[in-house]
Amino acid sequence: MYHFNWRPVFQNFDLLWQGLLLGIGIALLSLAIGAVLGLAGAFARVYGPRWARTFVAAYVEFVRNIPLLLIIYFVYFALPLIGLRVLDNLWSFVFALAIYSGAYLTETFRAGLQSIAKGYIEAGKAVGLTRAQVARYVTVPLMFRVVLPSLGNTLISLFKDTSLASAISVHELTYGAIQINVNTWRIIEVYTVVGLMYLVTCYSMAGLLRLLERRFAVVR
Amino acid sequence: MRGLLVTLQVSVLVLLIGTVIGIGGGLSLLYGSLPLRWFVRVYVDTIRGIPLLVLIFAIFYGLPALGLKVSALMAAVMALSIFCGAHVSEVIRGGVDSIPKGQTDAGKAIGLTFRQRLRYVIFPQAVGRILPPWVNTAVELVKASSLVSLVSVVDLMLAIQQIVGRTRQTLLLYAVAALLYFIINYAISMLGQRLEKRFAYT
Repeated sequence: MYHFNWRPVFQNFDLLWQGLLLGIGIALLSLAIGAVLGLAGAFARVYGPRWARTFVAAYVEFVRNIPLLLIIYFVYFALPLIGLRVLDNLWSFVFALAIYSGAYLTETFRAGLQSIAKGYIEAGKAVGLTRAQVARYVTVPLMFRVVLPSLGNTLISLFKDTSLASAISVHELTYGAIQINVNTWRIIEVYTVVGLMYLVTCYSMAGLLRLLERRFAVVR
Repeated sequence: MRGLLVTLQVSVLVLLIGTVIGIGGGLSLLYGSLPLRWFVRVYVDTIRGIPLLVLIFAIFYGLPALGLKVSALMAAVMALSIFCGAHVSEVIRGGVDSIPKGQTDAGKAIGLTFRQRLRYVIFPQAVGRILPPWVNTAVELVKASSLVSLVSVVDLMLAIQQIVGRTRQTLLLYAVAALLYFIINYAISMLGQRLEKRFAYT
């Protein structure tokens, strides 16, 4: 019979807590970098020349069809061999996750861009803005309101994906769980607590997202 | 390579089991009694709120602790099936939910039983809406199966790593792995598109 013993888990709680915060940080950072990639990709796909569109489409299709774990290993183990500066495991992971999210966000932003009514862009041009100014003051703000729900969902997804960082020994939440498990063998207690931590964080993010949506909701 | 075969076998098996669980779950969410709906809702939301890796580890390490000795492969398949079941439940619920209530009412009006309504009215219309997300889930599943490499199940991912360990051809081998996964998933997506065309009546 399994004897429940919750104390080891709570004694090491700061390990888990720090791992959680790191995970949230990684998710946010990867989202930010991925958003830059996604924005560039989306603009390239909608407004760019033929070669840019094909290149971005290929990037998106490729990254979306391979496992994230493979991308992580590729960035961490394979890239240094061809001379790319040896990134430590944390930044390798952030980079890998950013590449991964960039592909998904390109699609998200592309849908957002294409959903903007032509009238707004023409109004901008009529007022005398250059193409770049139209992009900056008209298109992007409008697009952000449209993509906000998707962006939030991607963030939650990325947060769950940070658990894979444990595979390359980044000290985030899942790695903390493994460590406590290895030291104390309190498997059920650890994974219950860690599972709850993930759940509560995801639900909180979803709730915050809904609040944000209410504030910035698209006016249709 | 055997690793590739394991990946495919695991994916197909999990997809089958997961879809069965998912159909059960989805129908429960739609038509079940209140306690049943509550139970399935908690199940789906919990599984979707935690990372898959945590689920795999929990089952892989947790079951032996509770006294059930299962192989790594079985534990992994169980975890993945539970995960897939949760997703498929949502897909089915979403698909059936999107069918206008009028259809069900019309079915009731002409005297069809619940079973008949499901078979002749709901199902044909729902299939078209369920198929794309379901194919998506299949693709996600093949990618997610790579996580079983972290509990020592020799799938494509782990097999590649073993070969890298032997021959040190890191870049080339990871590129090969990427290509293989890409081909598998792209093929699934293409098959999915063909299936969608077949079932698109509406």
